[in-house]
Amino acid sequence: MPQNNSYIKSIDWLTVFTYVLLVAFGWFNIYAANYNPENPVFFDTSREYAKQLMWIALSLVIIWVIFMTDSKFYVAFSYFLYGLSVFLLFTVIFLGKEINGAKSWFELGPVRFQPVELAKVATALTLSRLMSRYDFSFKKRSNVLRVGLVWILPIICILLQNDTGSALVFFILVLPLYREGLSGSILVFAFIGAVVSVLTLVYPNVLILWLIIIGIYVFLSLKINIKLVGYTALVGFIGFGLSYLVFRIIGKEPRWDLFTLLAAVFISVFLAVKGISKRLKPVLPALLFMWGGIAFTISTDYFVEEILSEYQRNRINVLLGFKDDPLGAGYNVNQSKIAIGSGGILGKGYLDGTQTKFDFVPEQSTDFIFCTVGEEWGFIGTSVVVLLFMFLMIRLIILAEKQHSVFSRIYGYCVASIFFFHFSINIGMTIGLAPVIGIPLPFFSYGGSSLWGFTTLLFIFLKLDTNRGELIR
Amino acid sequence: MENLNRRTLVVALIYISIGIAFVIKLFILQVYDPSYKFSAESNTRREIINYPARGLVYDRNGTLVVSNQANYDLMVVPKELKPMDTVSFCRALNISKDELKDLFNEMRVKIRNRKISTIKPSIFYKQLSAEQYGYLQEKLYKFDGFFVQRRTLRKYEYPNAGHILGYIGEVSPSTIKKDDYYINGDYHGINGIESTYEKFLRGKKGYEYVLVDVHGREKGAFRDGRFDIPAEAGKDIKLTIDIDLQKYGEELMANKIGSVVAIEPESGEILSMISAPSYDPSLFVGKKRAGNFVELSTDSLKPLFNRPIMALYPPGSTFKPLNALIGLQEGVITPQSKFECYMGYSVGSFHLGCHHHTSPLDLRQSIAGSCNAYYCHVFRDIIDNPKNETVQDGFELWKNYLVRFGFGYKLGVDFANEKRGFVPNHKTYDKIYNKSWSSLTVVSLAIGQGELLTTPLQIANMVATISNKGKYFTPHIIKEIENDTIPSKFTQIHETGVDTVNFRPVIEGMELAVWGTGGNTAGIARIPGIRICGKTGTAENPHGEDHSVFVAFAPKDNPKIAIAVYVENGGFGSTYAAPIASLMVEKYLKKEIDPSRKWIEKRMLEGDLIHATK
Ligand SMILES: [Zn+2]
Repeated sequence: MPQNNSYIKSIDWLTVFTYVLLVAFGWFNIYAANYNPENPVFFDTSREYAKQLMWIALSLVIIWVIFMTDSKFYVAFSYFLYGLSVFLLFTVIFLGKEINGAKSWFELGPVRFQPVELAKVATALTLSRLMSRYDFSFKKRSNVLRVGLVWILPIICILLQNDTGSALVFFILVLPLYREGLSGSILVFAFIGAVVSVLTLVYPNVLILWLIIIGIYVFLSLKINIKLVGYTALVGFIGFGLSYLVFRIIGKEPRWDLFTLLAAVFISVFLAVKGISKRLKPVLPALLFMWGGIAFTISTDYFVEEILSEYQRNRINVLLGFKDDPLGAGYNVNQSKIAIGSGGILGKGYLDGTQTKFDFVPEQSTDFIFCTVGEEWGFIGTSVVVLLFMFLMIRLIILAEKQHSVFSRIYGYCVASIFFFHFSINIGMTIGLAPVIGIPLPFFSYGGSSLWGFTTLLFIFLKLDTNRGELIR
Repeated sequence: MENLNRRTLVVALIYISIGIAFVIKLFILQVYDPSYKFSAESNTRREIINYPARGLVYDRNGTLVVSNQANYDLMVVPKELKPMDTVSFCRALNISKDELKDLFNEMRVKIRNRKISTIKPSIFYKQLSAEQYGYLQEKLYKFDGFFVQRRTLRKYEYPNAGHILGYIGEVSPSTIKKDDYYINGDYHGINGIESTYEKFLRGKKGYEYVLVDVHGREKGAFRDGRFDIPAEAGKDIKLTIDIDLQKYGEELMANKIGSVVAIEPESGEILSMISAPSYDPSLFVGKKRAGNFVELSTDSLKPLFNRPIMALYPPGSTFKPLNALIGLQEGVITPQSKFECYMGYSVGSFHLGCHHHTSPLDLRQSIAGSCNAYYCHVFRDIIDNPKNETVQDGFELWKNYLVRFGFGYKLGVDFANEKRGFVPNHKTYDKIYNKSWSSLTVVSLAIGQGELLTTPLQIANMVATISNKGKYFTPHIIKEIENDTIPSKFTQIHETGVDTVNFRPVIEGMELAVWGTGGNTAGIARIPGIRICGKTGTAENPHGEDHSVFVAFAPKDNPKIAIAVYVENGGFGSTYAAPIASLMVEKYLKKEIDPSRKWIEKRMLEGDLIHATK
C-alpha cells in the first residue's frame, strides 16, 4: 500500500517545497497586478486573484489524484492519452473559441480548457515510453521515424490553431532526445537554424552572409594550416574588392550582398582547388555547410519577402517583436523593460508598483507577470525567481538521473525542458532577450489551464520518482 | 552521481547559462543602468476624463428648470510636482502667496489623511474663472503636475424648488468606496432629485488616454486611442412639478415657516412641494457654495430642513374626515347619524372641549363644523364595536386603516430622507397604561391629536386619496426619464379598503366646510367658479401659537389638485393656511387670481410671521 510512512518519505519534498514557493509567490504577484490603489478593496471575489486561488485549490486535487494513481498507469495509458490529446488538438481547430487570434480553447460553460496543456503531458509520456524500449537506438531509422512522428503531429495541429507560441514549446523536447543519444551536431544545427532564421528577418542579408563565412573561416582555421588560412582570407577580400571595383566603374549603386556572395565564390573555388590537391578532409563539409547556410538565408528571406502577404509578414514581425513601433509590438517590450528597470535593487514595495498597474504593461497578470515581480520586488525578487527556477530544473535532472527506470528518466528530462523553455522565453521576452511569444511563466501566470498543466507535468514525475528504484513498464 | 554523463552536463550547462544570462541582464536593467528608472517617471499615460453633460431637468410643462454651464478645475498630481516659479503661478491664479501656501498645506494634509492619492489627480483649485482659465492654459506647461479639468456645473433657471432639486457637489471618500464609478474630485448629486436620479443624470464618463512626457506635455494618443471610451451624456428628466405654481407658492410662503404639498390625485404626481423658508438653489453653485452652505445650515429657521417630508405634526382636525370614513366603513355610523355636543364631549369627569355650535349635527355638518364631540363618539364606536373582542383588537383595526391610507410608514416618495411619522399600535398603550386602557383613554386620537405624528406629504396624500374616493398612487416627483421608464412603484395603484360610496358624504362635508354658512367654516377659500372642498385644522403647538393647517381639493368632481398647507404659528387654519391653499388651487386651475380675491393674495404675500414676532 502506498499510504505508509516510507511512501511519504519517498516523495521529494524539496521539489514540492519549491513548487509551493513558486505558486504562492506567483499568486501574490497576481494580486498585486490586479490591485487598484485608487480603490483598494481587500478581496474582491470577481478579480483574477480570487479565481487563481480557486485554480490553486483545484491543483491540490489534481496532485492528490496523481499520487493516488499507480505509476504503471502512466506508462500503460501514455499512448491513449497521446491519441486523445491529438484528437482534441485537432477538433479544437474547428470547435474552439478564438482568443487573441488563436483557436486553441475549448469553452464549456464557465470552464475554459486548452488541450495543448494535455498534449504536453501526453507527448512527454509517449516519447518516454517509445525511447525507453530496451532495443531503442537512434541508429535505427524506424525508431527515428516513430519519434519524429510523435513529435511533429501535435506541432502541426497547434500551428493550425494559429498558436505558434505553444507549438514552439515542443521543439525543446530535442534536449531529452539529445540526452538519450541523439547526435550533438543536430542540437548545434537546430540552434544555428533557429538563430539564422530569426536573424534573417531582422538584419540585412549581408550581415548574415558574413557571419556564415566568418564562422566557416574560424572552423577551418582550427583544422588546417595557418598559411592556407591567410590565403583564403586574401582571396575572399580580392573577390569582394573586385566586384566592388566593377560596380564603381560601371557607376551602379553598390550591392553589398552581391559582393559578399562573390567573395564566398572566390573562397570556395580557392578552397576546392587546394582541398582536392592537398586532400584536406574538413574542406568539403565546411563548403557544404557554408553554401547550405547561404541558400537557407536567401530562401528564408525570399520566402518572407515574396511569398508571404503583407499581412502575414506583419504578423511574423509582430510575433517576434521586431516591428519597430513604440506604440505597437515593440511597445510591450519597452514598457515591460521600463517596469522591471524601475524596480531597482529592492523594488518599490509590495502593491506599490505604478507601471504594472493601470495597464501600462499589457497582459500584466498573464504573460507579463514577471514585470510585477521586477517592479515591486526589485533585483532581489527577480533573481530569487530565476534562482528558484534554476534550482527546480537542475533538481529535476538530478532526480531523473537517479531513476532506475529509463521511462522515468526521459520523462524527467521532458518536464525540466518544458519548464526551461517557458522560463527562458517568458522571462527573456520581458527583459528583451527573447522575441515576444505569448507563453505563460510556469506557476506564476494567471490562468487555470496552464497552472494545472504544469502541476500535472511536475507531479507525475514526482509520483514516478517515488518508485525510483523500480523498473516501471 | 557516477552516471552523471557528459550529455547531462551539457543539458545542465544550457539551463545554467540561460539563468546566468538572465541574472546579468536583470542586474543591468535594474541596478546598473539608471536610464530605465528615469523613463518610468517620464513614461506616463495620462487619463483624460471627459465629463459628460449632466441630464437636463424640465418641469411638467416642458419648461427648462436646470441646465449646465461649463467649469474648469485646476487639478494636481502631487507626485509629478516639481519646483516651480511660484510667483508666476500666483499671478496666473491671481492669488496671494499665502493663499497658495494654504492650498499646498491643504493638499499635504489630505495626502497624510489618505483622502487623496499622490499618483492620481485631485482638485487643487476649484472652479477657475474665465480669466484664470485663459491665463493658466498658456502657462500650464511650466508647472509640472498641474492640468485643467473641464466639468459641467449646474445652472438653475429659477431661484425656486431648491429642496426638490437638491444640488451637486464633490463626492465623499465613503461614496467612492461604495460606487467605483467615482474618483476623487468627481461631482455627484447630493439631496433632492439630483441624488435620487443620479444614475440617470450623470451619464457616463468618457476616457481618453494620451502619453505625456516628463513635462506633462501630451505626446499623442496612447496606443492609437484603442482604449479611449467616448462620454455618454446624462439622460434628461421631466419632473411632475409645475415650476410656475412652485414659484407662486414660494412667494406666498415668503416670511413664513411651513409646507405646501400639492398633488394631482389621479396620478400621484406632486405639482409643487414647498418648504418655507426656501432658498435659491444657485447658492449651491460655484465657489461660494461652502460659505452659503454653512450659513444656511446654521440658520435658526432651518431653511435646509425639507419640511414637507421631514417635519412631523399632529394632524389635528384634518384627520376628522378619515375617522368619518372608517366609521362609515365599519358600519358604526351612517351619513345620517347625529351626535349631541354640549360644548364638548363628556363622560363622567372626562371632558374634551368643543366650540359653540348648534347641536346635534349630522356627518356632513360635523365635518363642516369640525365638531370634536362627534368624532369622540365615532372613534369610540369604532374601537368598542362589539365585533372586536378586546380594545386592543379594535385599536388594531382602526390603526390598519391609517396604515392603508399611507400613515405610519414612508410613502416612498422619490426623496431619500422622507420621515415615516408615527402611528401608535396597541402595544404602545399597553406599555404606557400597563394593559388597562379603554377607547376613552386614547380618545384624543379622534380629533387627530395624541401620539399621532404625520408629515405634510402624508396629509396631502390623504386628501388626494379622499378626492379619488379611496385610491392613490405613491406621490412622486419624476414624470419622465429620457429613454427609460420611471420606477414601477409610482405606477402601482394602492387601495385603502374603504368603499367608494362612503366617500360621497365625507366629500360633501368638506364641500360644506368651505361653502356652508356655519361660523367655523373656511369661506375665505371660496374660489369663484370652482367647487373647492376643504377642511381646516390646527396643529397644536406646545411652544407657542398653534400651526395653521388647511387641506383641500378641487374641483369636487374629477379633482385636478389636492393640497395640504401648513403655516407654523399661523393660528387658525382659516387665517393663513386656507387662503394660501385656495390661492394655489386657483392659480393652478385658472392660471390667475380673480380680481375679487386680489386682496387676499396681497395679504398673504405681505404676511410676515417671522420678523413680526421677533
Ligand atoms: Zn361640537
